[in-house]
Amino acid sequence: MLLEIKSLTKHFGGVAAVKDVSFTVGEGEIFALIGPNGAGKTTVFNMITGMLAPDAGAMVFMGKPLAGVKPHRIAAMGLTRTFQNLQLFGKMSALENVMAGAHLKGKTGFLKSLVRWPGSTAENNRIERHSLQLLEEVGLRDQAGMYASALPFGQQRLLEIARSMASNPRLVLLDEPAAGLNSAETKALAEYLKRLRGRGKSMVLVEHDMETVMEVADRIMVLNFGESICEGTPEMIRADPLVIKAYLGEDEQIA
Amino acid sequence: MDLSSQLLQLLFSGLTLGSIYSLIALALVATYNITGVLNLAQGEFVALGALLAASIYAAGLPLAAAFLVSVALIAALGALIERSVIYPARESSALTLIIITVGLSISLRGLALLVWGTEPVSLPAFSSGGPLLLGGAFVNPQTLWILGMAAATTSGLYIFFELTYTGKAVRACVINRTAALLIGINPGTISLLAFAGSGAIGAAAGIFITPVTLATYDMGFMLGVKGFVAAAIGGMHNIRGAVLGGFILGILEVYSAGLISSGLKDAVALIVLLAALMLRPEGLLAISGRKV
Amino acid sequence: MKKIAFPVALILAFAGLPLLIKSNYLLGILIIIGLYAIIVIGLGILMGYAGQVSFGHAAFFGIGGYTVAVLTTACHWPSIAALIAALILPGLVAAIIGGPTLKLKELYLALATLAFGILVHILFNELKGITGGPSGLTGIPYFTVGGLVFDRDIRFYYLVWSAVLLVSLGVNNLIHSRVGRAMRAVRESEHASESVGIDTAALKLQAFVFSAVLAGLAGGLYAFYVTFISPSPFGFHTSVQFVLMAVVGGLGTFWGPLLGAGLVVALGEALRWATPLVIPGAGGEYQIIFFGAILMLVMIVKPGGLGAVMDLFKKSEEGEAH
Repeated sequence: MLLEIKSLTKHFGGVAAVKDVSFTVGEGEIFALIGPNGAGKTTVFNMITGMLAPDAGAMVFMGKPLAGVKPHRIAAMGLTRTFQNLQLFGKMSALENVMAGAHLKGKTGFLKSLVRWPGSTAENNRIERHSLQLLEEVGLRDQAGMYASALPFGQQRLLEIARSMASNPRLVLLDEPAAGLNSAETKALAEYLKRLRGRGKSMVLVEHDMETVMEVADRIMVLNFGESICEGTPEMIRADPLVIKAYLGEDEQIA
Repeated sequence: MDLSSQLLQLLFSGLTLGSIYSLIALALVATYNITGVLNLAQGEFVALGALLAASIYAAGLPLAAAFLVSVALIAALGALIERSVIYPARESSALTLIIITVGLSISLRGLALLVWGTEPVSLPAFSSGGPLLLGGAFVNPQTLWILGMAAATTSGLYIFFELTYTGKAVRACVINRTAALLIGINPGTISLLAFAGSGAIGAAAGIFITPVTLATYDMGFMLGVKGFVAAAIGGMHNIRGAVLGGFILGILEVYSAGLISSGLKDAVALIVLLAALMLRPEGLLAISGRKV
Repeated sequence: MKKIAFPVALILAFAGLPLLIKSNYLLGILIIIGLYAIIVIGLGILMGYAGQVSFGHAAFFGIGGYTVAVLTTACHWPSIAALIAALILPGLVAAIIGGPTLKLKELYLALATLAFGILVHILFNELKGITGGPSGLTGIPYFTVGGLVFDRDIRFYYLVWSAVLLVSLGVNNLIHSRVGRAMRAVRESEHASESVGIDTAALKLQAFVFSAVLAGLAGGLYAFYVTFISPSPFGFHTSVQFVLMAVVGGLGTFWGPLLGAGLVVALGEALRWATPLVIPGAGGEYQIIFFGAILMLVMIVKPGGLGAVMDLFKKSEEGEAH
């Protein structure tokens, strides 16, 4: 197993945001976490990526425990993420965003940077080519020189995904990647995620767009009030009466 | 004088200094937690309060009136500063705000220099009469005034925060800005109140200590730094810790002054501050408890 | 080509300036501006990219100066070795202070450097056996390297401004490198930077240590320039002046530090001349009122500083590049 989450629990001021959640993600698998707003999905992401300490439970990535590991170390282990509320480097170009995402692919340190050490330029060019290719894949090649903050919302989402892929992670946590995308963009995103899976990437997906989830996810877990109420293949989830009651029905009403 | 009464004598000096440090630290921590501003100009309120009171007294007003007028004016100055420099920058980063308070601090010090010059000014002791003999140590009556004022201010603030509606509102504001807005509390007003209150507390501390130490335009700088030391001992988020930190620092300084040269006396406080920030940023005391 | 035309013209102008300036007073001011610019370049990186401030950089400046003074007079080190030590010592001290305080989210570095700055200033005065106390140390030899003696202002002018040029080039390399990109990323979003594997605490520490090393370099050169050293130029007000220079010039801009150092030094000189006309008998200490007021004003009104205006020219050029 690539990622094993066991009995993960987190309270905020007496309220359980995440309660006894367990799941696993295998190699080349897309695992989706769904559930109404406030179900604790983003809290799970924040704990896995080391931004929030869980109250209880175990998280193991590639055989190594994640508890207490700094967020940047977790990224170096091959686990990156995107953010629901977009955390792009606004005053940097789209290309620079992806290049910063490829930070782990470079080695040039502070002193070598000061004197433009031989090799650092070649390394930079390599990272630039790699980043341009990633922009190409998400369809942002023509926007490479634009400030991230100047891009339309949908393109910002795609840019964040490209950035999270730039260090060649084994596992990526995608927090509502389709939010704010139009239907054409959403379709393209689904295709892209499947292509990534085809290359052996694993993903955990938090998403409200059911169509996308049902199309791309291999397995789905439904969270409600911080608890897992159901886990299985898209077909199983679709047929589960509990899920329909707790989530899908409600979602229809909201939509 | 035997050793024990000598130690007692030093203890009284330490408590006197400590009261002043406590009050400054208390104002710093309250402002920091309410507004998010680390006010490096807090010490200037102390100096300006003392200098202003001395001038008012010299102009012929009774001491009590000089005290009240000065405290009121410095509170107003605090409010004015909040509206003119802090409020316009309230959306800025903590970095910007801290730099603003440094600019404020040196400007106020420069103004004090302009108005009062470099000569120290003084105020008479609050009550006449010679030192009292207490447990074998001589105690200056002014020491009792200072201790009394510190106790009164601290308990007054305690009552304010714990028992009054406004006080509870301020605490709500510290815990959650949005929640405060929801129950109809304006964080802007609270911030104004915090600066006015810091001004008043600072001025009062300055006036009470002036009969003992005299007042100079630049006294606020080191006093402000000492306030930070006390606050850091308590962990920057804890008013009770800050008050306790002030007394610890006061006593530490007085006892160490005898052991090392007087020029290095201030170094003790600075080393304590550095140690506190580097080793135990949650506070050397690390008292668990509420923020305010 | 256009991109390098302006810097080249500027370098030539600085190289030619001493031919026009015959006054040693003006040359001296230009030397001081150069020394301060070196410090402000480092402080600008700390403030503009790491989002931290130091109120104790005058102490690193002083440690650099005293290192040169003590090593050349008491220990008779060659000047180049003393200068290298003046880089290393402040850097080490900065690493010790910054290591623990920069791991924290709050601005504890500001408080720690404030305390450190005052402490060091007290020690300069009190550790008489090493520093000579308030009267300081005299008899620092001229900077000498390979038979070339920097014994005249004009030679020192070229030495200092060559250092400014080298430091500027280095910083320019840095900003456009992998590390600089990471620094800009940290400025934009710490969370996102961590999530892509950037060690934000380490980066801030590197920026702080680098800024202290540059202050040490300026301090060492300063000691060789004035050939005596005393505690007075290394107090808290000098630290605040450096912060003022950094923000007046504009944070995160290339030209900011030069502009800031130049303007604040010029303003200081102007005030030194003008204040006694308005306030009879007033000394230089009154300039702190103005410095404090300007500092507040810049932070409230235009936190980008003047350098932001200068960079507008650069922006249009960069726009073409993409």
